[in-house]
Amino acid sequence: MDHEYVISLIENNSRIDGRNFNECRKIIIETNISKNANGSARCKFGDTEVVVGVKMDVGEPYPDSPDEGSIVVGAELLPLSSPEFELGPPGTQATELARIVDRGIRESKAVDFKKLCIKEGEKCWILFIDIYTINDDGNLIDAAALAALAALNGARFNKLDKDYEINYNEHSNEKIKLELLPVTCTFGKINGKIIIDPNSKEEKVLDARLSISTGNGKIYAMQKGGDKGFTLDEINHIIDMAIEKEKELKRLIKLV
Amino acid sequence: MLEKRNDGRNFNEIRKIEAKVGIIKRANGSAMFKIGDTVAIAAVYGPRELHPRFLQNPEKGILRCNYDMTTFSVPERKKPGPNRRSVEISLVTEKALLPVLDLSMYPTSVIDVFIEIIQANSGTRCAGIVAASMALAHAGIPMKDLVSAVSVGKVGGRILTDLNKEEEDFKDFGGATDIPIAFTPRNGEFTLLQLDGNLTKEELIDALKLGRESCKLIHKEQQRALKEIYKEIE
Repeated sequence: MDHEYVISLIENNSRIDGRNFNECRKIIIETNISKNANGSARCKFGDTEVVVGVKMDVGEPYPDSPDEGSIVVGAELLPLSSPEFELGPPGTQATELARIVDRGIRESKAVDFKKLCIKEGEKCWILFIDIYTINDDGNLIDAAALAALAALNGARFNKLDKDYEINYNEHSNEKIKLELLPVTCTFGKINGKIIIDPNSKEEKVLDARLSISTGNGKIYAMQKGGDKGFTLDEINHIIDMAIEKEKELKRLIKLV
Repeated sequence: MLEKRNDGRNFNEIRKIEAKVGIIKRANGSAMFKIGDTVAIAAVYGPRELHPRFLQNPEKGILRCNYDMTTFSVPERKKPGPNRRSVEISLVTEKALLPVLDLSMYPTSVIDVFIEIIQANSGTRCAGIVAASMALAHAGIPMKDLVSAVSVGKVGGRILTDLNKEEEDFKDFGGATDIPIAFTPRNGEFTLLQLDGNLTKEELIDALKLGRESCKLIHKEQQRALKEIYKEIE
């Protein structure tokens, strides 16, 4: 029932929640939601809610980048957040979500991995960015990407003891400073029409999905989902919309 | 003997509590419970069909609880997913909630309760039970009472309520004994009882009496939070 209704609305240029095609739901970001995390944030897109926590550890740099630290992004689609999610290790949807968020941060160099180096070739910081869904009303990708940035922004390092042993109980005053704010925007295509920020009812009837991460007008990561494709004209249109939205969304986070 | 508590509380005083119902729209029932720096959220899904079918009970519905901590809720990152501790807590949570439930109306069905710890500073299983109990009520499952829970114990020779992390890790004067309890005020029964440490019978009875009083306070806050969501409809 809902499916046909959503489609018929889109064909008449309107949406089930009354938004314009290029209009996101109301976005709310709250930071420092968990004291034991080095950085944490909650992000809501309408009724969709995601929390992200950043934990830091000291590890060994990869041999091919001895002067760089790294990030590890994980996502848990909690069965608490939707009747459609089940217990168990992350499946394909959770893995895709984590990897899209990872690429948005990694490729834009929002975090300078060189600044995560403690001692070249021996010790570096590893940032664990863990995403948890609290309520899934569609477009977890954009909510998770924004929450991850908000959690990273100003995340405090742990104190280091002698020999670079990490002190898990204490944070220092040193903070992560993001180099830029890459914004991820997800678009859906329904019967040839393009909508931004699909909600859960719209997600059910998407022909195709495209997520784009942009920073200062440049494109850093993309991911196409869904069973159908996009034309070049559609891609052109979507990128224009993504760059336009970036200006709006990046105001939501104040860089430290 | 322990002279005073590190956070300035009286021995019979719980930390600041806050409860909220209806925080997860997709769920049939949901709630948040905060006690000090410990934050638990819970969601209830169901009654819904139980798969695989051989698990179904034709007489009544079954309750399934799952307790989980976020990786960032504790000082050293916890690996995602279940471990022996969380499996045991899920089990005792189920047993703490079952006595107040009447599931005879839901044959072959399951009621799923998911608990997530967003921030941990002791008493997480109790906070989870408090949140889960409110979420079940919010989901409209028939209940004889709300289940309240708190961790009591003996720290440095003193019987006290609602241990924080420093108290749980206390090493002097005989260390710490931790007794997580759940209590249903209407019939005066304890539905969760665990203990690790050491104490005399008299001390245990004193601790349980103290826990009973703390649970009554938590019970009031649970009721308040549940009434809160119906205000708007009036």
